[in-house]
Amino acid sequence: MSHSNPSTIASQPAPGNGLSLASAAALSAHTPHPAGQSESLCAWLMSEQPRSRRQAALGRAYSGWRTFARNRLALLGLLIVLALGLTALFADLLAPYSAYSGDLRSTRLLAPSWSHWFGTDDQGRDILSRLMLGSRITLFVVALVAVLAAPIGLLVGTVAGYAGGLVDAALMRITDIFLAFPRLILALAFVAALGPGIENAVLAIAITAWPPYARMARAETLSIRQSDYIAAVRLLGASPGRIVLRHIMPLCLPSLIVRVTLDMAGIILTAAGLGFLGLGAQPPMPEWGAMIANGRLYVLDQWWVAAAPGAAIFTVSLAFNLLGDGLRDALDPKAAP
Amino acid sequence: MSSAASPLLIVEDMRVAFPSRDGGLREAVRGVSFTLGRERLGLVGESGSGKSQTGRAILGLSAPESRVSARRLEFSGIDLLNCPPKQRRTLRGARMAMVLQDPKFSLNPVMTIGAQIVETLRAHRRVSSKEAKAQALAALESVRIDDPARVFKLYPHEVSGGMGQRAMIAMMLIAEPDLLIADEPTSALDVTVQLQVLSILDALVKERGMGLMLVSHDLRLVSTFCDRILVMYAGRIVEELAAGGLADARHPYTRGLMACLPQLGASTHPLATLERQPEWAL
Amino acid sequence: MTREQIPPLMGTAPQVSAATPRLIRRLKAAGRFALVIFLTYLGLLAVTFFIGRVIPVDPVLAIVGDNAPPHVVARVREELGLNQPLAAQFTVYLGKVLRGDFGTSVLTANPVMQDIRRTFPATLELASLGILLGAGLGVPLGVWAAVRRGSWVDQAVRIIGLVGYSVPIFWLGLMALLVFYARLGWVAGPGRIDVAYEFTLTPVTGLLLLDTAMAGDWEAFGSALAHLILPASLLGYFSMAYISRMTRSFMLHELAQEYIVTARAKGLSEARIIWRHALRNAMVPLVTVIALSYAGLLEGSVLTETVFSWPGLGLYITHSLQNADMNAVLGGTLVIGSIFIALNLLSDLLYRLLDPRTHLR
Repeated sequence: MSHSNPSTIASQPAPGNGLSLASAAALSAHTPHPAGQSESLCAWLMSEQPRSRRQAALGRAYSGWRTFARNRLALLGLLIVLALGLTALFADLLAPYSAYSGDLRSTRLLAPSWSHWFGTDDQGRDILSRLMLGSRITLFVVALVAVLAAPIGLLVGTVAGYAGGLVDAALMRITDIFLAFPRLILALAFVAALGPGIENAVLAIAITAWPPYARMARAETLSIRQSDYIAAVRLLGASPGRIVLRHIMPLCLPSLIVRVTLDMAGIILTAAGLGFLGLGAQPPMPEWGAMIANGRLYVLDQWWVAAAPGAAIFTVSLAFNLLGDGLRDALDPKAAP
Repeated sequence: MSSAASPLLIVEDMRVAFPSRDGGLREAVRGVSFTLGRERLGLVGESGSGKSQTGRAILGLSAPESRVSARRLEFSGIDLLNCPPKQRRTLRGARMAMVLQDPKFSLNPVMTIGAQIVETLRAHRRVSSKEAKAQALAALESVRIDDPARVFKLYPHEVSGGMGQRAMIAMMLIAEPDLLIADEPTSALDVTVQLQVLSILDALVKERGMGLMLVSHDLRLVSTFCDRILVMYAGRIVEELAAGGLADARHPYTRGLMACLPQLGASTHPLATLERQPEWAL
Repeated sequence: MTREQIPPLMGTAPQVSAATPRLIRRLKAAGRFALVIFLTYLGLLAVTFFIGRVIPVDPVLAIVGDNAPPHVVARVREELGLNQPLAAQFTVYLGKVLRGDFGTSVLTANPVMQDIRRTFPATLELASLGILLGAGLGVPLGVWAAVRRGSWVDQAVRIIGLVGYSVPIFWLGLMALLVFYARLGWVAGPGRIDVAYEFTLTPVTGLLLLDTAMAGDWEAFGSALAHLILPASLLGYFSMAYISRMTRSFMLHELAQEYIVTARAKGLSEARIIWRHALRNAMVPLVTVIALSYAGLLEGSVLTETVFSWPGLGLYITHSLQNADMNAVLGGTLVIGSIFIALNLLSDLLYRLLDPRTHLR
């Protein structure tokens, strides 16, 4: 006699989304009634028979969130990123001291203490305050690069994938050529020509960041393009532009979001590298990479001047990596290494 | 009903369980018992019936996260479940072997066919490489490959499905095992090639006096090539038949399967379907 | 990145009918290959030209700097031919580059090519040692992590990988210098070799380890090694983080394939299955990963060499950058860019060589 209970036999349908067999049966046994009445929100979201598109979309989002939330490291990443956002937003209120002016006589190069958590730098400025103000720059760079590079990559990739033929070949050649270039060095050369400054750094990084997104979007488009629903929309008379914009691009979004999030860590590191070389935000702006370059001069005895900004970069970069990993596991598990 | 003096393989109450998503164990094979002598045994079932898992468990090829248990699992007197892993490994290939389904995936894509056959031989016998190559060529000839020397140097993706499967058979039989488990050996092949490959397999098995367990979903194919048939459903053996005795099947599942088999010339209205009863799965 | 996400530079093999003779097919493939190299390199040159001539407001000042005397400015303005149409300028530029003429450096007053030749071996030595460490440690670690999935090795590889992807290399180098040189004194400090040996060396290859070994000067060898070990370990760590994660990923993919079940059914030893079957298959995308990682180390030299005062191409570029020496910056960019492209193509070639399924029939 079998020891396993009937609900685990392979030939019976597996209940989805973690509901037990009993409650799924109970749910489907309900006669249809208006939403919100005597159903808990959770059950409404997880229902196997959603009654509107909004309910289905919300249910999918909720189920994705639950998968994501099971990964504690990813949650930690999300928390840190949110903390970064809040710090950047309220930096003026949160920072205990001024980030730009310091007292050269009394507060120069102080070691970490209760009054200065991360110590002070060579100009007497409190490092914690500088870190907080610097988070704005970090966030600015990351957001701007994402906003610039991702849409370009998405556009190039979907157009190339959908159009095919000569357009595809030409666009992909250009993309491959850009992919074969060293990102940091090219960004460096760009900034060298444009002149140092935070906007030029952003532009330089964005120019070298879009090719991977184009490749990815093209690969997705190629597989989506063959499907029946695209054929159906085309039969209904949709123009290619509309098809690409309204039907193909939204489907590429999940993996694009994952990729962008994972890339953000690398973008932060590249921006910090440019700052370290003096090519990013100019002094006295508290850009974290430039702070490390500054601290380098004093690293032997006053190690905290260089250590603190580096730890900040590491933490934020790590957070984006964890967040990106978690998003990938939730949205696109097949791509996980 | 086993033939020959002492059976090659004795299986009693074998169970194969996998960890399920919600933490418990889900049994794919639920108490299977049979014996196999130097005969041809067919194991028929649909997807999910546990037939492949049965074959793999006998060879010790189940996934690492699975749990295999049995009251008795003996091959040629050796207790397979309690013998040292090294012994189990030496048995594989040399005394018991397995042919897998699709040569596109079951052959190593970066090694030539000849190298893979030679590898099997040299894993179990001490032979010089020249001798091994000669034996490999002979093995390719025995599966009726016309130009063994040419095929020896080819990579798996460069040969057709039928030839790949024949090479797989040659590879598995070269160390002269006593027992062969063929897991859907022809399911990935064209119909015309299927019979060809099966007849080669059949001839070799008869010639060497081996025991063969043919696992398949194709009832008719199995009934043509096997002496005995075991029907599996939901992890259990629901019926045991002699090859010619298909018409005498008593279990409703088997009878349902038989009724679904299309006959040329017979009326097709209404088309017979299988009505599954939950009590079959108990 | 999965295997599918590493794009081959060459694209997939063309579908050619079996009727076309083999020689023609081979020639076509070689032709496509040459075209790809040509186009990619042309693209790089176009980009550097664009950066050097089109972007700066006054390209002449960008090259000679603000303090140049007026006759130098006039000479350079004429040399550049700025009144000519852009296409003609580009052609002249192409001609110069292909002859190895990258212009003159403002800082050193030498031809840029000469400066590059002088500084490149240092970068090469550092990056090469780094990749040897990275691949030599990373591949076995990745294999181990895949085979013992969920074990502490697996977790360690994940953590090493995460840290390697998140920490700024120049900061870690700085901290490492602080700990291992300043505080512990285990390794030597900035520069490639102790000043004492610097002038007794006759550079043959420019690779100090080789040069000192060939000359039998073991003290100098030790000094060079002491200077090399920390930056090389740093680079090695970074490439190891990437390589071990990718190795683990590829190995997991291979170990799940059917041919591994076949290999087990044949009774092969676990070691043979892992190395001769799974890894041999995983090697195909893995060489691409290693080549790309090497390219990444060369590229990252701009940062690491600054921290360690390593007199290589990276430091040369950064110094030139800070002195607004455009010719030198672009020359260095071109050299590193060319190597990048070459490595990309090399990895493509190796991929095709190692995977019989891509061989042209």
